[in-house]
Order: sequence, then C-alpha cells, then structure tokens
Amino acid sequence: MKAIATRKTVVLKGVGVSPGIASGRIYVLNHRMLKASHHSFTDKTLIEDEVNKFNGALESSARELLEVKEKLDDPEGIGPLIIDAHIMILRDESFVRTTIAHIRKEGINAEWALEKTVFKYQEIFKKMEDEYLKGRIRDIEDVVQRILRNLSGVKYDKVSDIEEETIIVARDLSPADTVQMKVEKILGFATDIGGKTSHTTIVARSLGIPAVVGLEVISSEVRTHDIIVLDGTTGVVIVNPDQETLKRYEDKKRHQRAMEEDLLKDAHLPAVTRDNRSVGVGANIEFIEEIPSAVLHGANGVGLFRTEFLYVNKEELPTEEEHFQNYKAVVEGDQIKWATIRTFDLGGDKFISDPRLAEEMNPAMGLRAVRYCLRERELFTIQIRAILRVSAYGNTGIMIPMISGVEEIREVKGIINEVKQQLIAEGVPMNRQLKLGIMIEVPSAVMMADALAQEVDFFSIGTNDLIQYALAIDRVNEHVGYLYRPCHPAVLRLIKHVVDTGHRAGIKVAMCGEMAGDPCCTMLLLGLELDGLSMTPLAIPRVKRIIRESKFEEAKELVGTVMKFTRADEVEPYVKNYMMRRFPEYCMPSHE
Amino acid sequence: MKVVKTFTLKNELGLHARVAMHMVKVSNNYTAKILFEKDGRVAEGKSILGILTLACPKGSQLTITAEGDDAVQAMDAFEELIENKFGEN
Repeated sequence: MKAIATRKTVVLKGVGVSPGIASGRIYVLNHRMLKASHHSFTDKTLIEDEVNKFNGALESSARELLEVKEKLDDPEGIGPLIIDAHIMILRDESFVRTTIAHIRKEGINAEWALEKTVFKYQEIFKKMEDEYLKGRIRDIEDVVQRILRNLSGVKYDKVSDIEEETIIVARDLSPADTVQMKVEKILGFATDIGGKTSHTTIVARSLGIPAVVGLEVISSEVRTHDIIVLDGTTGVVIVNPDQETLKRYEDKKRHQRAMEEDLLKDAHLPAVTRDNRSVGVGANIEFIEEIPSAVLHGANGVGLFRTEFLYVNKEELPTEEEHFQNYKAVVEGDQIKWATIRTFDLGGDKFISDPRLAEEMNPAMGLRAVRYCLRERELFTIQIRAILRVSAYGNTGIMIPMISGVEEIREVKGIINEVKQQLIAEGVPMNRQLKLGIMIEVPSAVMMADALAQEVDFFSIGTNDLIQYALAIDRVNEHVGYLYRPCHPAVLRLIKHVVDTGHRAGIKVAMCGEMAGDPCCTMLLLGLELDGLSMTPLAIPRVKRIIRESKFEEAKELVGTVMKFTRADEVEPYVKNYMMRRFPEYCMPSHE
Repeated sequence: MKVVKTFTLKNELGLHARVAMHMVKVSNNYTAKILFEKDGRVAEGKSILGILTLACPKGSQLTITAEGDDAVQAMDAFEELIENKFGEN
C-alpha cells in the first residue's frame, strides 16, 4: 500500500474503544454533509448551461429514487411512500423556481443556489415549535444532498455497495448504517462522536475490528480513498501517514496478531482459577455469523444473544419463524453448550426507525425493553413463543431486560405461562424447565434483588445501563462521559449487593456488560464472586487466561481492599496498578 | 365556484412529508385552484414544500380554499382524506 504523497499527514487523537490496529483506505460515510462548492460566473453565457445542469441533476436524482424504490422489498409498506414524497419535493415548483432564479439573477453555480434555497427552508423549520415537524427538514436535506451529489458527481453513499476492504469514517454510525454493511469488508471504524458504549463501539467489538471514536472532526477532514492507520487501543489515528509510520504500524499490527494467536492457543481451556474456582465464560453476540468467532475465542456458551437486529431497519415485524430460525442456529450447534436469549431491548439509542420513540426526551428512561414488550403484547408473545419452541433444540435460557420491580417480572411470567399452555395444547415440543432470568440494570432492581431472586432462576448484571442509571450519566453525552466510571465505589457496591443477595437465594449471578470483558476488571469481578461473565468474543481469551492464572483467594483480598475506598479516583489507579503488576502483558496502560 | 372550509388535523404526527404528498396528489387531481392557510400563512395546494412550511401539528386548524369548476368535489376529497387521518393513526 502506498501513501499518497500529495495529501497532508494528519494525526488525530480520539478514544480507542475496540482494540487492535487497522490500516487501509478510507470510505467516508457521509449522509448529508456534502458541502456545496461556491463560484459565480464572470462569463454570463455559461449561466444557461448551469440551469440545464441543475435540471439534469434533478432528473438523475428522480431516476435514482425510482431505482431505489424498485429495489424495496415491500411495495405496500411505508418505504415507497417516503420515496414518492422525496420525488415530489425535488419536483416542487417553488423549490425549482427559486433555485433557478438564484442561478440566473446572481450568476452563481447550481450548488450554491441550491444551498441558498435549502437555507431558506432550514430557517423556516428551525422556528417550528412541534419537535417532530421541525425534524422533517431532514426530508428536504436528504433530497438536496442527493441533488448535490448528482451535481458534483460524488457517488451516493451506499454502504451495501462497498466491495473493497475499507475503514469506515463517519460522524457517527447508526444501527441503520451498520446493518447494511458487508462486515467482512470492514477493517475498522473512526467516528467524530461516540463513547465507550455507543453503537459504533458495540458493533466494532462484536465484529472484532478496531475502532476509535470521539475524533470530533475526522469525517470532514478526510476523503474517501485517503490512507489511514488507526490504533483502537491508544485512540491514535493517522491519516495519510508516511511510509515509515505505515511500516511501524504494520509491524505493531503483526506483533499484536502474534500475541492474539498465542492467547487463542489455550482459549478453549476452562476458566478455573489455580485454587479451583470456576467461572462460566460466555460470549455476547448479535448475529449467528459471530458464533464461529465466539467458539474460536473460547466461549462455550452464549451469555447474551441480542435480538434487536431482527427488528431494526425492517418495515415489518419479524415473524415467529424468523425468530425461531435465528435462535435455533444459536442453540443447536454442538460447540455452543448453552445460550441465553435476551428479549426485545429496543429503545434508547439502539432503535431509530419509529420517529415517536426517537423523539422521546430521555429515551434511556423511556418506553423501551420490557416496558415496550408489556405494552406491545403481540410482539412480545411472538418472541416468547419462538424462544420456548427453540428450547427443545438446545440448552436455552430466556432473559428479560430492564426489569425494575417484581410486578413486571410477574406480568412477564404470566405471559410466558400462557404461551407455554398454548404450546402444550398444540403439542409443540419445548423444554418446560427453561431457565428464566432478568437483567439487573435498573437501580430499583438492585434494591429489590431479594424479592426478584424469588421469581427467577438467574440474574445477569448489565453494567452499561446500571452504571448510567446509578451515576445519572447519559452514556452518549460527550460532556459527561468522563463521569461514566465502572469502578465507581457505588457501582462496586451495587454489584456486590446483587451477587450476595442472589447467592443467599441460591441463584446464579452473571455479568454481561462491557465491564465483564475488561481484563483490568477481571480479578475484581472474580473477587466479587460473579458466577459467570459474558463478553464480546474477542475479550474472552485474555479474561480466561487471567482467571486461570489467578487465585480466588487473592481476588477476594483485592476486593476487600478496594471496597474500603470511597472514590473512583482511588479504586481505578489501585486496580490498574495491581493488574499491571500482576498481568503486564494483558493489562497494558494503553488499554483505556 | 369557491369553497372554503376549515379542518382540525387529527392524525398523530401532523402534516409531515408523506401526508403532505397525499394532499398534493388530491390538489393535482382537480382543476380548481387550491390554497392552504394556517395562522395567516398561505401555501399553494400543489407545493409539497409549501404545505410542509405551514407547520401543522396534530390539532392545528387548516383552512382550505378551492376555486374552480370542480371545487366542491376537490373539497370533498380533502375532507375524506383529513377525516380518515390520511390512513394513519
């Protein structure tokens, strides 16, 4: 790979959220950020050509939209209507007339004229009071972007068309973007915004590719086909590096790979400490395509199977059969011994296709997960039926997210029992002893853990949400992100309370948040006596090796010391230093 | 022939792009000149952007003027569309 000498080298520092080094060519995924070029004509005879060019771009845009419409799967759904509306916008008489008038009267190029036209609409929409209608400026902006692309000859972004191995650079990535990507072509992500638990991060980790977020300006600083090196461990990104730098990073990448390979050699060994304490290590996965990677990295079970992908970006709700086929692929293989399927956890930052949900002031605390399921009974029942049916094919658990109290889990159990009765009546096979668990991620559930433990077979602590709710930190807000601290003493106490309470009631307590896969936290979690840890597949080999090389007794001692601290500022450096001393090769300081 | 009628919008999300498109389609089906008016601002019936810029959320009052030979028929069509909440909730 050759660096392009004519482009300037740029070094940016962001937050490394998914480890590893990636180098390659950039693909800038830019939805509506194309900037119009500005120039005016001194030669007035060119003006009519410009008007024609504009009309031509309108026609090409309309043609493109019609092509997109033809490719949509569901001719009766909402998709074709949206496209028709967009075509109508680009043919709107006053819109076209105003733009052409700008070109003719001011002697400016079509892109500039278009920008002036859309600016007028932006001003009008900005003043609207209704938040939903205000947001509809995006329909106009989408259309304008398409016309701009046709004017400038820049191809419209179709992530699904990427055929070469690339590193995706974007302002931010939404579920709608990532579901369209051909994952085998993506080497890494670099985005302007985001944090350790934003969608970009979660996807990068689950795919095992490096990612750097919080780069602020990268999407506007680089161009598609620029060469980039990104270090998902340190957060350093180098655009258009010189040959020497490129080579240095290639070496580093090789070195890291060698270490990964070394870790993989014994990844399949059980996670048992030197003094015989066994910890169940599972994988968090979302797609059945991730199973081979999970097995390779040493997972013998799936501690968290996310099911949101079945819903995101679909015009219609998934059928029971779609659910069933996906779950079956997870549970029936012989390498995955057990799988815990989490029911619908949409809402918050994870789901954007329903405008009413997305417009909630505080979606993380809004109508999502089990709350939504209890409201939309039919949607929930379909999923429960599929999970119960699949329990006949392998060791299956069902996990309910965002339970905040006893009444919710009782209502859920009522529904599960109804579905069981139906299936029995229909003679459909299932495992009636299927284990039911809940995510512990709402602080009220922590406080009610004793009562909840009487209702279910297991707990799984979802640290991402638990931390954000307990510390009142919006995890996607860059301004308060620094307060999001897994090692906050309050968080550790919450975890301890859940584990101890669960154990007193005789049920297993696992953890499936990001924290579970952080090697720097492994001994802490071991000492807190968690029975299981479920994490992104890539993190498994390190965590397992740390467990195998530790003693449960020393982990408990570490916890004993740490629990006396009152500040995250004490806990974090103490644990970090401890782990760096104990496992320098797995807990590098750059890991944060 | 000139017909003027005021409607209260009942669909949940108000006049957004898809709904505005249905309005334009109705306008295009008739020879009558159609105008929409809300809070003193007026938009042409055949301009989707004009309708969008009126900013009509749920519950807002929209006055429609139809002028021409088939004004009555046009108004009936608008009435049906609005009363049926544009086929939405």
